[in-house]
Amino acid sequence: MLDKNGIAKRIAKEVKDGYYVNLGIGIPTLVANYVHEDIEVEFQSENGVLGMGPFPFEGEEDADIINAGKQTITTLPGASFFDSATSFSMIRGQHVDLTILGAMEVAENGDIANWKIPGKMVKGMGGAMDLVASAENIIVAMMHTNRAGASKLLKRCSLPLTGVGCVKKIVSNLAVLEVTPNGFKLLERAPGVSVDDIKNATEGTLIIEGEVPEMQI
Amino acid sequence: MISKKVANVQEALDGVRDNMTFMFGGFGLSGIPENSIAELVRLGVKGLKCISNNAGVDNFGLGLLLQGKQIDKMTSSYVGENDEFERQMLSGELEVELIPQGTLAERCRAAQAGFPAIYTPAGYGTEVAEGKETREFDGKMYVLEYAFKADFAFVKAWKGDEAGNLIFKGTARNFNPNMCGAAKITVAEVEELVPVGTLDPNQIHIPGIFVKRIFQGEKYEKRIEQRTVRQRP
Repeated sequence: MLDKNGIAKRIAKEVKDGYYVNLGIGIPTLVANYVHEDIEVEFQSENGVLGMGPFPFEGEEDADIINAGKQTITTLPGASFFDSATSFSMIRGQHVDLTILGAMEVAENGDIANWKIPGKMVKGMGGAMDLVASAENIIVAMMHTNRAGASKLLKRCSLPLTGVGCVKKIVSNLAVLEVTPNGFKLLERAPGVSVDDIKNATEGTLIIEGEVPEMQI
Repeated sequence: MISKKVANVQEALDGVRDNMTFMFGGFGLSGIPENSIAELVRLGVKGLKCISNNAGVDNFGLGLLLQGKQIDKMTSSYVGENDEFERQMLSGELEVELIPQGTLAERCRAAQAGFPAIYTPAGYGTEVAEGKETREFDGKMYVLEYAFKADFAFVKAWKGDEAGNLIFKGTARNFNPNMCGAAKITVAEVEELVPVGTLDPNQIHIPGIFVKRIFQGEKYEKRIEQRTVRQRP
């Protein structure tokens, strides 16, 4: 089974040379730590920066340079700043190559819910609805089950949706799955996790074809 | 040169009344019009309808207007990090409309650019699109979203000149340029107000035509919401 850093490490393998990438808050943010050094990638933050760098050294924080999580950041050579409408033009206009975000629930038809738990958590969707409605290439980073052990990969989402039919790939603590017209297709198992473990943790339709290889991370 | 300069924040906010609709630039606490917000608190105007990506934190930014119960309605994309906001929302004192961030930006830009509405794919099939007109273009579904209508837009820039030309810094730019000229009156506050001719016309982010009044803020706290650093090697 993978921890959060393991999930991030596996997703980092999906990041290719020349990609512009938008990382969501949480596990997706960790992906930046594991992208291979030999490839050129630029990270976009929806609040208006392309070419995000690491956190600043102590004493060099700038209130005017933050990421979408409101954390102080730095920029790399070649970076640019822009307004919010331009930022979402990059996203809606499909200029961003890869979007990695978290989810509370994903359904077998690619629906995603990650912004609201009625009566409990109402913080807002931020840029998530724009991202999922437009991005061609969306990878969801998530835990396969909730704390009570219930599956988060469902036949249908129970929470208010963020977007419909948009998720293409999921990397969870248990598996890598592709969303197909017939359901979740199991592509890889996490180290030490059996196909049965994944079956038991998946409520939605699970498609298993032949031997399912173990992830290489 | 048409001067947009006003003497101070009091003059800049002339005409502000109860029950008006205001736009506020800023993302989190970055690039918020601190001086205009402080003056609105002092004026005590109530029944405000506010359009802003976020709602500040409990004791800073728009949180200050929430504390005084000056806001009736917030239109935002993300409102975490604010306990008083959550309390007022759950008790029904505060009406909240949550909309996608890109939609918020584009509804500002539409108002600025003279478009009555825009079609966006964001929110299609979700509760955000409920009751809204939808339309198919090239096999994909879009939601009709209307341009905002606001009385005042309060924006904050890094530098500006008396002609109202603005230059922003870093990610403090965010929604500020999109709100300029998107309301009946745009009030720009700047950290540094310089004489005309000082700023390079090639480097202007927002031309003064979009700005009605400009003043230099008395002071800027520029609070950091999430201070994150790495160790020096």
